[in-house]
Amino acid sequence: MAGQSQRMNVVPTVTVLAVIKARLIGATRGHALLKKKSDALTVQFRQILKKIVATKESMGTIMKSSAFALTEAKYVAGENIKHVVLENVQSASVKVRSRQENVAGVKLPRFEHFSEGETKNDLTGLARGGQQVQACRGAYVKAIEVLVELASLQTSFLTLDVAIKTTNRRVNALESVVKPKLENTITYIKGELDELEREDFFRLKKIQAYKKREIENKLKAARQLANEQVSSQTGISTKSSSNMLSAATQKDEDIIF
Amino acid sequence: MANRAQIPTNNSALIAMIADEDTITGFLLAGVGNVDLRRKTNYLIVDGKTTVKQIEDAFKEFTAREDIAIVLVSQYVANMIRFLVDSYNKPIPAILEIPSKDHPYDPAHDSVLSRVKYLFSSESVASERR
Repeated sequence: MAGQSQRMNVVPTVTVLAVIKARLIGATRGHALLKKKSDALTVQFRQILKKIVATKESMGTIMKSSAFALTEAKYVAGENIKHVVLENVQSASVKVRSRQENVAGVKLPRFEHFSEGETKNDLTGLARGGQQVQACRGAYVKAIEVLVELASLQTSFLTLDVAIKTTNRRVNALESVVKPKLENTITYIKGELDELEREDFFRLKKIQAYKKREIENKLKAARQLANEQVSSQTGISTKSSSNMLSAATQKDEDIIF
Repeated sequence: MANRAQIPTNNSALIAMIADEDTITGFLLAGVGNVDLRRKTNYLIVDGKTTVKQIEDAFKEFTAREDIAIVLVSQYVANMIRFLVDSYNKPIPAILEIPSKDHPYDPAHDSVLSRVKYLFSSESVASERR
């Protein structure tokens, strides 16, 4: 992707450089932490998966035995058992309680079943087979326990799945977008600062050279002047004639008329 | 990093059922059935005459109700509304596929396990080994 590692738009100053460096340190630390979190979540995930597979198998067997118990009860009590049971439904006596558990930083739901109220034992209309019916009921209650646990595992499984996907997305984003951007910005700022320094250095050198030339020029001029003065005392040299003329045009303050 | 789907702590939630008559009878015997004031039940008996639309409506209703924590669906019923079950992604209520008397449990079609089939090796339960 073209715009993947661009840099941020900043003014290349030293303070900004410090700020961006701090951000890069934060991003690196966050990346390591998130990776650890993702690993921990994946470990939990696999454990739950194993438990789910095992529980599903056991659920299969339990349901089979409960269905068998029901068939027995039907055989003994007659076919009316369905209608009797259907009539007798009022409010559920087996309910489910849900609460949250914190596992590796993720809130997972947990179900536990409980029975409130007494189980309605008034199966009026059931003439025979009371024992089979009780046995059947017991089998189904056990099946419900297994099913509630399985549901609890399944919801934790799905929630963990979502959490792992989010964490991995964040890890990848940090690794391939945020950190390269920050690093590029740092390189850019450093480059700009170096160039400014070079410019300064260059300017300094130029000024030094100019100053040196100026000094040399002044020295040469002074030496020339000194030479001429000496030569003017000994005799008028051709070089100084023009000088005397030009000096004459200048006002001489000492001569008072 | 807040959880977007807040899982409510419920102190008494029901178990809904969409299954064949025998399974429902058994569970009702155990005391799972609930009929509230408006004669609304938390179970749906599926037999040969139930239409797919009825099953869909019951499923949608059960999953929308706040007081239901688990929905037990027989696996052959789940196969009828497979698209609804597969596109369902809320943590609560939990959808559980149970086997029925004539249709033993088939892990290859379970909506949850099929999502992670890639995690399994070829000899494990969730792949179509049997």
